[in-house]
Amino acid sequence: MAPILQVKNLQHIYSVGTPFEHVALNDVSFSVERGEFIGIIGHTGSGKSTLMQHLNGLLKPTSGTIELDGKSIWADKKTTRQARFRVGLVFQYPEYQLFEETVYKDIAFGPKNMKLPADEIDRRVREAAGFVGLSEEQLEVSPFDLSGGQKRRVAIAGVIAMEPEILILDEPTAGLDPEGREEILKNINDYRKAKNATIMMVSHSMSDVARMADRLLVMSGARLMMDGTPDEVFTHARELLDMGLDIPEITHVFMKLRQMGLPVEPVYTVEQAVSQLVRLKGGNVHA
Amino acid sequence: MLKDITLGQYFPGKSPVHLLDPRTKLIMLVVYIVALFLAVSWISYAVMFAFLVIAIAVSRIPLKSIVKGMKPLVFILVFTGILNIFFTTGEKELVSFWGIHIYWEGIVRAFFMMIRILMLITGTFLLTYTTSPIALTDGLESLLGPLKVLRLPVHELAMMMCIALRFIPTLIEETDKIMSAQKARGADFESGNLLERVKALVPILVPLFISAFRRADELATAMECRCYHGGDGRTKMKLLRYKGRDYGTYGLGILLLAGVIVLRSFGL
Ligand SMILES: Nc1ncnc2c1ncn2[C@@H]1O[C@H](COP(=O)(O)OP(=O)(O)OP(=O)(O)O)[C@@H](O)[C@H]1O
Ligand SMILES: [Mg+2]
Repeated sequence: MAPILQVKNLQHIYSVGTPFEHVALNDVSFSVERGEFIGIIGHTGSGKSTLMQHLNGLLKPTSGTIELDGKSIWADKKTTRQARFRVGLVFQYPEYQLFEETVYKDIAFGPKNMKLPADEIDRRVREAAGFVGLSEEQLEVSPFDLSGGQKRRVAIAGVIAMEPEILILDEPTAGLDPEGREEILKNINDYRKAKNATIMMVSHSMSDVARMADRLLVMSGARLMMDGTPDEVFTHARELLDMGLDIPEITHVFMKLRQMGLPVEPVYTVEQAVSQLVRLKGGNVHA
Repeated sequence: MLKDITLGQYFPGKSPVHLLDPRTKLIMLVVYIVALFLAVSWISYAVMFAFLVIAIAVSRIPLKSIVKGMKPLVFILVFTGILNIFFTTGEKELVSFWGIHIYWEGIVRAFFMMIRILMLITGTFLLTYTTSPIALTDGLESLLGPLKVLRLPVHELAMMMCIALRFIPTLIEETDKIMSAQKARGADFESGNLLERVKALVPILVPLFISAFRRADELATAMECRCYHGGDGRTKMKLLRYKGRDYGTYGLGILLLAGVIVLRSFGL
């Protein structure tokens, strides 16, 4: 199958021609298949957010192309606008963009801009609210009366309601407690399954991306340094650490165990770790 | 992008102009503006212009940035020029149509007015481009210090200005971010009639105000936590002190002003 999204030799320079000129992306190329879950990791300032804003046409590349279904999103005005709806982008700390009187109206903002009929808007708002676990009553309250985690969910629902084929989330779990994080990750997975959507998620939590993603993109210093399955990426633990990135805690533990002489393979999720330990103990599952 | 607006932005650097005491630069700007309004002839304008060009060259501010900063002011410039061309009467009539007479004097006057505004703004840019907001308010506070006798809250005013200047880039960045976020939800700020465009601003203004108030709150708390309680007894880490180059600059300023006045007294 042809990739849904193809990025070729993307370069972005901020503030060209001023003393603040800054290369934020340098020769980045990759492609995304329909239905994939891609995790994007990289240290602070490596260009992740900049890259994400290119994928729905918010930022225009200094050079390079972005193709959605084989057609450049900058081909003409209509295509660019279409890309905004087909590629939904949830920003870092999206709760700061809420503005409407009620949660319902805020979620409806995107679908309204798509000029959908009223009953379709209503259906989408309710469905999106369902995906993120907001109740009927909560739809009628002011978004400013909600807790931080709930606000975040309203903001995510606001993008989901546009039913994008590709849903991009920039650190959706930043600043939430473990329970809130789990729920948001589950919401994202629910949406993916229901709509067969493609997900791209930027995260600083290695264990989250290791667990959720089929594929990882590793950014460092404005470049794409690695592109592969979590298996492939986390076998390069040394390089990751050198790039100032962390590896999942469980990988750390198992590296230590290996150093101590235990015959274990490298792992990056808790499930893998369990099965390894079980194997070590001789197949006995009641540990 | 909004961020690219350079009006009043500081360009860090180490040129002799950057290193001058902010008080020197403030006073020099005043001297320069006074001289500009006293200048009446081609010769004095040429002198002022040369002074400005040298100052820009020494400061190593790229000309491009200054030209870019001018862009928002093109309208005012053109407007001033047109007004002066149409409404100045004189002796040498050049053309007349529809009852409008255009005189040679009008054109000369329009030219001088535009040059004056351009030079005035460039001078101001030179100050803000080479002086950090903090240094600028420090300088102002120190220069206005004597007014404390008149019970003018000089320190508070300077602090307010300092905070306002400090937060302009932050708010611009924030506006940029909120605009992008709303655009990602299909908001359209570029098309529609006036009413629709004004309406399109609501999704930006509401979050912007909320975050501005939140920031103000946080800042107030942070300042209180560091025991800030006004200017009384507050000492400074960086004391302003005049150096040789400041005296030299003042000398140049006096020379410039005197020169323009002498030229003026000769009717030049
Ligand atoms: N609007 C802008 N103007 C100028 N420079 C910018 C702008 N936005 C980002 N940058 C710079 O570009 C670089 C990449 O920024 P970006 O926000 O893409 O990083 P990131 O990988 O998302 O970091 P983080 O993990 O902190 O979110 C940074 O060095 C940043 O300073
Ligand atoms: Mg980011």
